[in-house]
Amino acid sequence: MATTEVERRRGQLASLSIAAVVIIVGVPLWWRTTETYRAWLPVSQINELANLQLQLSADVEVVFARGTVTPEQQKKVPLTKTQDEEHTVDEDTALRYRYETKYRTANIMEEDALNQTSAADADLSLHTLSESLCGSLVVYVIPESSSLLPEDVDVYIGQRRTALLRNGAQMRVGRTIEQLLAHLEPRIRQVLKVMSFSHTDITAALSGRVRLSPGNKESIADSMRAFKSSPGYEITFSLLNPDPKSHRLHWDIEGAVQTYIQPLLTKLAPVANFSIDSQTLYYAMLGVNPRFDSSRNAYTLNSDSLAHVINPVEARLGSNAASSNPVLNFLLYAPDAQHSPLYIQDRQKQKVPSNAFHSPRWGGIMVYNVNSFYGPEAVFPVDIDIDMAKVMGVFLAQLRLLLGVQSTTTPPGFLVAPCSSTGLADWELDRLMWSRSVENVATAATTITSLAQLLDQIGNIVINDNIAEQVSSAVASLQLAVAELEAGNLGFALQYSKEAILASERAFFDPSLLHLLYFPDDQKFAIYIPLFLPMCVPILLSLLKIISDARQRRKERQAKKD
Amino acid sequence: MAPHGCSYSALLLIICSVSVFIVTDSQDTTLSGGHHAAAVEDNPQAATEAAEKTSEQPAVEERRWEATEVEEATLHEAAADKQDTPAPETEAPSPVPQPKDDFQEELVIRPLHSGDIYASFQFRTLWETDFMSGNKVSHYRLFPKSLGQVISKFSVRELHISFTQGYWRTMQWGQPFQPAPPGAELWVWFQDSVTDVDGTWKELTNVLSGIFCASLNFIDSTNTVQPSASFKPLGIGNVTDHRFLRYATLPREIVCTENLTPWKKLLPCGSKAGLTVLLKSEKLFHSSFHSQAVHIRPVCQDWQCKTTSWELRQTLNVVFDLHTSGQGKREWSLFKMFSRTLTEACPLASSSKIYIDITDDPQGELFELSPATPLLSQAMVLGDRRTFSVYDLTQPVTFGTVRSLNPLIRWKSSEGDMLRPLLHAERYVAGYGLQTGEIHTLMYNNHPYRSFPVLLLDTVPWYLRLYIHTLTVTSKGKDNKPSYIHYQPSKDRLRPHLLEMLVQLPPNSVTEVTVQFERALLKWTEYTPDPNHGFYVGSSVISSLVPSIVAMDTNITMDRPLFSSFFPCKEESSFFVRVYTEPLLVNLPTPDFSMPYNVICLTCTVVAVGYGSLYNLLTRSFQIEEPSPGLAKRLANIIRRMRGVPPL
Repeated sequence: MATTEVERRRGQLASLSIAAVVIIVGVPLWWRTTETYRAWLPVSQINELANLQLQLSADVEVVFARGTVTPEQQKKVPLTKTQDEEHTVDEDTALRYRYETKYRTANIMEEDALNQTSAADADLSLHTLSESLCGSLVVYVIPESSSLLPEDVDVYIGQRRTALLRNGAQMRVGRTIEQLLAHLEPRIRQVLKVMSFSHTDITAALSGRVRLSPGNKESIADSMRAFKSSPGYEITFSLLNPDPKSHRLHWDIEGAVQTYIQPLLTKLAPVANFSIDSQTLYYAMLGVNPRFDSSRNAYTLNSDSLAHVINPVEARLGSNAASSNPVLNFLLYAPDAQHSPLYIQDRQKQKVPSNAFHSPRWGGIMVYNVNSFYGPEAVFPVDIDIDMAKVMGVFLAQLRLLLGVQSTTTPPGFLVAPCSSTGLADWELDRLMWSRSVENVATAATTITSLAQLLDQIGNIVINDNIAEQVSSAVASLQLAVAELEAGNLGFALQYSKEAILASERAFFDPSLLHLLYFPDDQKFAIYIPLFLPMCVPILLSLLKIISDARQRRKERQAKKD
Repeated sequence: MAPHGCSYSALLLIICSVSVFIVTDSQDTTLSGGHHAAAVEDNPQAATEAAEKTSEQPAVEERRWEATEVEEATLHEAAADKQDTPAPETEAPSPVPQPKDDFQEELVIRPLHSGDIYASFQFRTLWETDFMSGNKVSHYRLFPKSLGQVISKFSVRELHISFTQGYWRTMQWGQPFQPAPPGAELWVWFQDSVTDVDGTWKELTNVLSGIFCASLNFIDSTNTVQPSASFKPLGIGNVTDHRFLRYATLPREIVCTENLTPWKKLLPCGSKAGLTVLLKSEKLFHSSFHSQAVHIRPVCQDWQCKTTSWELRQTLNVVFDLHTSGQGKREWSLFKMFSRTLTEACPLASSSKIYIDITDDPQGELFELSPATPLLSQAMVLGDRRTFSVYDLTQPVTFGTVRSLNPLIRWKSSEGDMLRPLLHAERYVAGYGLQTGEIHTLMYNNHPYRSFPVLLLDTVPWYLRLYIHTLTVTSKGKDNKPSYIHYQPSKDRLRPHLLEMLVQLPPNSVTEVTVQFERALLKWTEYTPDPNHGFYVGSSVISSLVPSIVAMDTNITMDRPLFSSFFPCKEESSFFVRVYTEPLLVNLPTPDFSMPYNVICLTCTVVAVGYGSLYNLLTRSFQIEEPSPGLAKRLANIIRRMRGVPPL
């Protein structure tokens, strides 16, 4: 009797310990060996980024020239003043603009500079005095009597980061400094809107993230025209010669690029890398047949048909073999002898003076009529030299538009200095950098959050270490970029935002994310059923038996007690 | 993402940035300020969609147009203000610049003895530029931009790529002008400035596969080799360090229209004018053999080689079987072959010619050619002096009164025999079963009295494990010891076998190279979707300097037809020939592909059975059982029970 009881106890213990081994060792081991590898991702930081709170800080220095403040006022001039402006774009995105204004009076050298004869000279000499940082501004308040500005002009915006502001006529000496500042403030704000970020620019930059209200069509059109922010762009100039039998076209593209395009691109180097190519395509036809207009004795292309012009040409343009950056195409089309001259008509049936048009985020086309270069008795083929100044003028204007360097509408009373040989003023570059940084930050944040969401939703995507590394570095760069924007270091902010966008795209488009996507869990379980079923049934049965035994014994014991 | 996909209202805009560069010089009166503004059509793609919203549009546009005029006015002022700014490059007397690039096109037609027609197109673009020194080349005229970018980005010194459908039958057709193996072949010499050659090669193959719409992206380390002697640079340059050479073939590649279209796009005249109008895919691919190739290499401009230029040679070779489709008549014309006739030369080409090989019939007894051409030309091709009738397409007189050219050959008799090609080769797999096999390569030297050396290059994938100790080379029944052997063993899943040998072929003999191999078992994911079709082994390459019957031309600068100037000729007594053998199709042991599931199930069952017995042993309680009583006792007991007596 005793031996059978011992034997039974032993059997129970054995099955319990086997069940314990299977549950404690076997199941976790199987789980570990069949699970997909998922590296750790900084989920909490990504979730923080999903709610984007951007703060843009601009440093503004307001310098009072002699004659604008009295010595008594001068003593009371506050040193700094900070103003905040908050905007909520949508539930996930909020913007705050901070203007840190410093006040001081002009020093002697600046006074000298302001005593020059013209505003442009003053602007130049002020620039040589101090190198202003990227993203900062200096506003010089000059007395009303100053001869620097023409009569009807109150504000002069220079080529660099300086503006001259004429003190209002009603601000006679004697008012308090508070009144003076209160009077100046809205006008300084206007200057800032032109020379630094404006709310429309920034919301346009956020268009990839935020659905804009459809009210403002113009600003949407503006924001859709420019290329998306990218670390690099390929610019391709193509000369289309549909009729090499009659026209032998020569263009000095090398020299023209050096003279016209390169200065602008050198200036834009902080924003993106550019590379320039050119090619000549023969027998390249437009997609539409131009209509002959007998009243003008010329062929015309209607603006409606421009949409169909590009497609057959684009097949021959060829993508860039050497990089995956977006390509800006600029086509110069010299119509064949039978279809010359060719003019582009707008919707009002008027000739477009430049004979060019552009397509948003694609490039521009210019029609260059060559029939005036030779007479009716000319012997074909004729050699024709293309006037590159005329062509490049159009292309450069289109390039500025496509890159998002927008000519802002200035309020009345503003005079904007004509830009220098680089084709771009410093403050225009700053504006571009502000919106590009914000756009990059928004894009990278969206990419990273959607990647995190995707990985969260689909459980059997493998997350390799290098993806986790890319995600972490993207998050780190994003945080740095946001911090630099807050601190007002525009250059660094753009740099970090570019790194963030690169790392996030690399993580998002990594091919290893596609592995095992189609190997679902139910198949995994089905395969291991032949192992699980025979193993678990005896364990479960013996466990049931032990439990029923124990229950029986307790009942017996209770009965005994009773 | 889509640049044109947006649907917002189309607006007309004039941009006007006050841009200094456009300012006119005071002397230059042809420039007017009105050019500075670009009229801009926003998003033409969206124009149709926007048309629906016309109710509000005109207002916007009008406002835009008004804005234009105002801005233009300011522009004039601005331009007037800045008269002193130097306007760049206004006084260009502009003599027509001498173009630094040159384009030639050529078609050679050779009637073959088998009754087929061999047509070989050659297009050559020469460009005097420098891709090698660091400065970036970015302005293209005749040279295609996509290939130029490839050369400068990947620092390529020489690039040879060919796509071939069908196998060139040397014994029936003689030697081709440009030999190519079936499938795709790519070999590239990189410049010695490249540090990571393998990485560059990988990227290059990916880019080329995009350019030519081919599966070149399947080129990886398992089918790439670095031949030490077989592939020397064909252009100038004395780099012979084979670390910078990569060679790969894809014998499985199918060539079709999608490869021809991008190839044609590289030509300056596209398929619009000149010889290219003949290249219509419906005829080209209805042929016995089709091979298209692109060769890029640096070449000398002159005898002293003071200036170098880059040569892009695009070749297309096709063999038509007109005999079977011609209802027994032996005649052909351009129209019959290509369903097109020629009307003009490519206006960009400096030379545009058709050569028709009439060597076999100098007196016009065998066939007649119409329209007759007075131009005859002689050229040394592949060790032979050939005579050609030449049609010069740049001369209007060629096209005659009908303004179209359609040469026609009509055979009078079908006699004549062909000179046997001096060198040819074939290859097959011997053996039975799925474990081992033997590769036989036969090389024929048909020269009656001269022996010459050949270089044999064999690349065998890793899944055929070569037993290199079984390598035998025999000619005329005797062992023929190769004077040079370069063998690189394979590494599983990493690199293929590479075997290069220099073998002397005795006159009028067959040399047989055999080597045994074992077939490896692949992992189940490594099989192709059709594993029972077999696995391809690329062609062997035999390169040789074959003794020539006539003195060859060694002057590289002389104006020669393109087809005779592809392989540089260093000495008069021999000429270079490359012969490709057939690719092999080898069956590998193919598993049942439901095997992994079966294996898992079987293993699980075995484990479960073992586990079950172990579990039983451990948990059962054992009791000693009474031994069962014997049969007699049991019977007795039954009887006793029936009697009502207690059992024993």
